[in-house]
Amino acid sequence: MIDAKIPVGQLADKWKNYKDNSKLINPANRKKLDIIVVGTGLAGSSCAATLAEQGYNVKSFCFQDSARRAHSVAAQGGVNAAKNYKNDGDSVYRMFYDTIKGGDFRSREANVYRLAECSLSLIDQAVAQGVPFAREYGGYLNNRSFGGVQVSRTFYARGQTGQQLMMGAYQALMRQVSEGKVQTYTRHEMLDLVLVDGKARGIIARNLETGEIERYAANAVVLATGGYGKVYYLSTLAMGCNSSAIWRAHKKGAYMSGVSWIQFHPTCLPQIGETQSKLTLMSESLRNDGRIWVPKKAGDERIPNNIPEEERDYYLERRYPTFGNLSPRDISSRAAKERIDAGCGVGPMKNAVCLDFSKAIKEQGRDKIEEKYGNLFRMYDKINGVDAYKEPMLISPAAHFTMGGLWVDYDLMTTIPGLFALGEANFSDHGANRLGANSLLQSCVDGYFIAPYTIPNYLSGELKAEKVTTDHSAFEEAENTVREQLSRFLSLKGHLSADHFHKTLGKLLYDKCGLSRTEESLKQAILDIKALKKSFDQELKITGDDQVNSELEKAGRVSDFLELGELMCYDALQREESCGAHFREEYQTPDGEAVRNDKDFCFVSAWEWKGEAEEPELHKEPLVFESVKLTVRSYK
Amino acid sequence: MKLYLKVWRQENREAKGDMVSYDVDGISVHMSFLEMLDLLNERLIQKGERVIEFDHDCREGICGACGMMINGRAHGPLTGTTTCQLHMRSFKDGETVYIEPFRAAAFPVLRDLKIDRSAFDHIIQSGGYISASTGQAPESNSIPIAHEVTEAAFDAAACIGCGACVATCKNSSAALFTSAKVSHLVLLPQGKLEAANRVIKMVNQMDAEGFGHCSNTEACEVECPQEISVLHIGRMNYQYNKALVLRK
Repeated sequence: MIDAKIPVGQLADKWKNYKDNSKLINPANRKKLDIIVVGTGLAGSSCAATLAEQGYNVKSFCFQDSARRAHSVAAQGGVNAAKNYKNDGDSVYRMFYDTIKGGDFRSREANVYRLAECSLSLIDQAVAQGVPFAREYGGYLNNRSFGGVQVSRTFYARGQTGQQLMMGAYQALMRQVSEGKVQTYTRHEMLDLVLVDGKARGIIARNLETGEIERYAANAVVLATGGYGKVYYLSTLAMGCNSSAIWRAHKKGAYMSGVSWIQFHPTCLPQIGETQSKLTLMSESLRNDGRIWVPKKAGDERIPNNIPEEERDYYLERRYPTFGNLSPRDISSRAAKERIDAGCGVGPMKNAVCLDFSKAIKEQGRDKIEEKYGNLFRMYDKINGVDAYKEPMLISPAAHFTMGGLWVDYDLMTTIPGLFALGEANFSDHGANRLGANSLLQSCVDGYFIAPYTIPNYLSGELKAEKVTTDHSAFEEAENTVREQLSRFLSLKGHLSADHFHKTLGKLLYDKCGLSRTEESLKQAILDIKALKKSFDQELKITGDDQVNSELEKAGRVSDFLELGELMCYDALQREESCGAHFREEYQTPDGEAVRNDKDFCFVSAWEWKGEAEEPELHKEPLVFESVKLTVRSYK
Repeated sequence: MKLYLKVWRQENREAKGDMVSYDVDGISVHMSFLEMLDLLNERLIQKGERVIEFDHDCREGICGACGMMINGRAHGPLTGTTTCQLHMRSFKDGETVYIEPFRAAAFPVLRDLKIDRSAFDHIIQSGGYISASTGQAPESNSIPIAHEVTEAAFDAAACIGCGACVATCKNSSAALFTSAKVSHLVLLPQGKLEAANRVIKMVNQMDAEGFGHCSNTEACEVECPQEISVLHIGRMNYQYNKALVLRK
């Protein structure tokens, strides 16, 4: 049985108890310890910088050309914190409760409470670094409200909150580089994890500039490599986002959890052509003033502005009168899909819904709307060539955030000793659905405030461990595996590009393991993916050499996505209930709401890799709720 | 639509590159510029040729990874736009389009359109931060900052580090990039304490990396996808001279 190692005590005291009792390392000894941090997004940069400030030697890796470009930069909306600056009844407990409930009671109480608790310090830290959060005219910090909650606890920096937090973390990291405590390895991709005596002791990375395969040893390895929503190909993620680091760690023994819990963001730009590479996200904040609707009649061919008011169906306001257009993401996305599937979609591919500002413009004036959302309207115009002040935006749900990831205990350590997973790469805090503005928070909190306590707690036991160097046979074995795979890709004489397989996999997952799933669709998907994998192994075609070669990089990532996609389907198939983002059509009420099954499925699924020919093995971590009562999550 | 592309191909840092012609048809006006290159690359794979290497990631204008000279202009014909947000509706059927990497002595070409911009990281390392270690921060509302001040700092902080300013400058100056960071931090009360040291170190580093001097052509502001103002360069120069005068 896997143990989450939740500290003893009352919910509000657990993290304090942990910190009071965790083991410390004397500053002179910290210099002797090396830590590898893979990924330089908010979680990776903040963790690397903070550990370096404490005196550890840190090696920081990213595949981008600079640490600053990690995909955290793309988060627009904001970051939550229970500061209660608006005096509207917010508190750590209330934020904890909103997050637990938002996650449909599929996350750990203790983790979520700690997240809410540490949110207070994060805002302080970011402001001290110079993050220009929005301020009121009196000079104090401003807040806004975000989907799924009734208080204003979201701090924001125009539509670039992620970018600004990222600059804070990146600059903290660069400061440690100049202090000589962090070495950065940009344009490096981790291709394997190295275990010695069952513990994580290093990585194999490919230098994407020279093609060289390099070995790095350390006393602990941190994976902060983000989410794997790019498995769907079309998504809100960056083109380079991938699952390779966590997947290769999974194949070395780290369990994966909540693998099929993927959030579809309701306000993205729809697909309009076959060559499209990206579904751009439009900030959820637009839902504060925009109203969402589709034509009442299926197959209505008129352009949206020509459809009279009485023939429009404001389906969110109709189905969820209390939260309306601000209903949580999973509910809004599913409701959109339901209408699109019913034939009421709009746009050239009939795959979108309208986000309409005409009422808000009439009531508040165009200037006010421009002040709030001007940059988003400009972006919409830039991409579509359409003026959204005059006609409704067309939006559609798109794969966005992965609640699932590597299983971690309360220390954020995976099932491999010495291997930690932070931020979106782990599964821990969001349950089956993440609330808006909680992902920036989680990645920062993991990196600034949690890992810098829990990693030393682990390392204190490693001070006397034998020194491992990169000439250890485990490094040689791992390096050989990596080399074999790369030369196999280059030697294949197929005729299909890596993108072809990626797109095929993405479409298959959207259809069969996307916003809704059934036993039948999932079983079919598993067979289809197996067939696709077989085809990939024979028909892939990579041109170019083994130096700078983006096609070779893609091949490795797609190969991992294929295996991960299969596990997603097993995970969704096994969970015979609907919860959060996981909607099994067999488990719904007559009016289409999710039916959770707490009796049989109140646990975290942790999957163990058993080899390519075997089915993965399920381990269960029971979820125990001592402070909250499980309720039906209703936003009606 | 059909385009006649002339694309810079270069094997590695040392190799001599040259322009290679590609005729690309079947382009839709809805495609982004990078999706058009994806299409061409897909065809190159079918022909067994090495793809055109270019940097790109978020494809929504915020990561700063993409960037190329398109018909001699950084990020192409539109203002306030990164290459990834440029769409093919900005081009005419039958047009010839020249695509080159961002060029500067401090930005060596790695392959084709991929360049090495680590010089920007070095400038930030030299002082582009506020020294606030984790745990030292005071309560956030204990530092009130006027709305206008935060907004002005934000305008500077919006830089995405793409390098278009350098690429478009006839002197390959990094003054806009460096001054945006100087401005962002010096405007805020948290950043004032280290201001003098910071600006001297950053300007010196900028010179050491091989970027040229600013001669006030203001071309950088025109091509900056975030529309960062050249007034920040004025502020940097003022801060730099002030720091030199007051240095003990």
